[in-house]
Amino acid sequence: MIAFLARRLIGAVLVLIAVSFITYLIFIKIPGGDPAQRIAGRTATDANIADIRAKLHLDDPFYAQYWGMMQSLFNGSLKSYASQLNVVNEIKKGIPATLSLCIGAGIIWLSFGILVGVISAVTAGRASDRLITVFALIGISMPVFWLGLIARYFFAQGHPFALLPDGEYVPLTTNPWQWFVHLLMPWWVLAVLFIGFYGRVLRSNILDTINEDYVRTAKAKGLSRNTVLAKHVLRNSMIPIVTLFGLDFAAVVGGSAILTETVFNLHGVGQYAAESTQNLDLPPIMGVTIYATFFIVFFSVLVDVLYAWLDPRIRPT
Amino acid sequence: MAERLIEVTDLKVQFATEDGMVKAVDGVSFELERGKVLGIVGESGSGKSVTAMTLLGLTRDQNTRFEGEVLYKGRDVLTMDEGELQEVRGNEMSMIFQDPMTSLNPVYTIGAQICEAIQVHERADKNTARRRAIDLLKQVGIPNADSRVDNYPHEFSGGMRQRAMIAMALACNPDVLIADEPTTALDVTIQAQIIELIDRLKDEFNSAVILITHDLGVVADVADEIVVMYAGRVVERAHTRQLFYDPQHPYTWGLLGSIPRLDRPKQERLHSIKGTPPSLINAPAGCKFRPRCPHAFAKCTEEPPLENRVEEPGHLDRCWLSVEEKRRLREPTLAGAEEAA
Repeated sequence: MIAFLARRLIGAVLVLIAVSFITYLIFIKIPGGDPAQRIAGRTATDANIADIRAKLHLDDPFYAQYWGMMQSLFNGSLKSYASQLNVVNEIKKGIPATLSLCIGAGIIWLSFGILVGVISAVTAGRASDRLITVFALIGISMPVFWLGLIARYFFAQGHPFALLPDGEYVPLTTNPWQWFVHLLMPWWVLAVLFIGFYGRVLRSNILDTINEDYVRTAKAKGLSRNTVLAKHVLRNSMIPIVTLFGLDFAAVVGGSAILTETVFNLHGVGQYAAESTQNLDLPPIMGVTIYATFFIVFFSVLVDVLYAWLDPRIRPT
Repeated sequence: MAERLIEVTDLKVQFATEDGMVKAVDGVSFELERGKVLGIVGESGSGKSVTAMTLLGLTRDQNTRFEGEVLYKGRDVLTMDEGELQEVRGNEMSMIFQDPMTSLNPVYTIGAQICEAIQVHERADKNTARRRAIDLLKQVGIPNADSRVDNYPHEFSGGMRQRAMIAMALACNPDVLIADEPTTALDVTIQAQIIELIDRLKDEFNSAVILITHDLGVVADVADEIVVMYAGRVVERAHTRQLFYDPQHPYTWGLLGSIPRLDRPKQERLHSIKGTPPSLINAPAGCKFRPRCPHAFAKCTEEPPLENRVEEPGHLDRCWLSVEEKRRLREPTLAGAEEAA
């Protein structure tokens, strides 16, 4: 187990280096990317630009620049070219909003995805299953930005069914109730797609597992229908769902929630990433990339560990 | 006379499919007494597994139709509700399946799966159940049962898994043990051990056994009575000795002829029954074996009844041929001469 973790850890570090380096290379190769010109503005003289280039070490060889940037990122002194704000602080500021959004949405989509999947598998072929299938497909097909706007149009304050506040993030520590009601709409908007998708995947997993010989053995033991379903069918059908959840959750925390954060103006990390990319602002892009990669890598290691816990056949001996 | 545990009368099981009604079991009757072993023999698709699963109510489905009676100690299994069935399953009748590789849940330990069977029927705390599980594993011949109880199925070999399945099936001391092809997926060397084990435990637990197989050689030593099934029907039924010495139905001859034997001249090729079992949706009229039977004649278009035609009482068969003809015609098949020539 320890050897396995050590191996995965080394792999994780290598992935972080590779991802950050490729991001860096892409950025310095795209046209219009020269930060000195952008900072100096439209009326800048050549001397101004040369001055800025010298200050930002832009004339150094690219590997030295990369090294310098990574150093300042990890000692927390990296500043944005555009706003001169500290990158690490800005990411830290966005994390509570992003995590609140993602954890809440994750709980909703996992629990409702399982519920939907189990109901439609148990009633497979009947009306409830067909109805769920239709709703699941609609849910999967609706883009988040569209659904978010529609939800705001109907349910936000000042609209037909004024039930919920219209966007913005209230920190949990400031007012837990306001934190909750402000996030309710974003949570569901982000979760809908995943509920549909997980429901479909779980349904087909359950229908596969139900025909396994060991399920027949469990019935022949005299277990009740519900015990068979929970202990023998669901337990085995959940293994692929755990993988999906780990990776999807990591992707959402690492920036896939950009659209939801933007639609509801939550000022999370995703929104910060989107703004920095629009401004071709290299330091925050590097910061957010490392942050996102970290979550993806961390959760894929976590999924592997969970997998071994759920399925004894793949446990490292 | 020993206690009669099971009495199946004219059992019919049909599955509604898109292509029509599949008559998987078509009028099967047999009885089973405590302490006895009943062998049910037939090819794949002869309805023997469906019969066995129906005894435990495992074939119940919205597309399944049942007729007849399956009495367990006088109570009809077919009309029991789900709760009564759960009481019977594993507790009074239990089952061992064909493939021990897939019949155990891969994510629970062997011990946990045996304990589950105990605790569903009896008030036993965790430690008691675990001790019972270890004892059961010892009884079925698992070495180091104390530590093996915490192994997962994938850490067991095929033969050991089947032993564990047997331990699980015997956990609540059932009256009837149904073994559905328990040795088919195992090495030949292990097969005899498993059959012997089932036979020995039957006496220790004072149960009765239904042993289902396609291999007459497997049941030869242990079965008291044998039912030969073909296309969902019983074609011959007799005490084991009687069936081997005086087989009446051409299908039984075919099965007997296809067992390799040491006491016969060496054959070039093993005898096989030509053709395949008929469709169970549109079964041929008359004798179901007629299309494959080398001895069929005009009368075979009528369905022969299952009745006693020989001197031995209790030996029933479904064939129009006279006893003398049968005794003459079967010799080449039983000796495998047709194929060898």
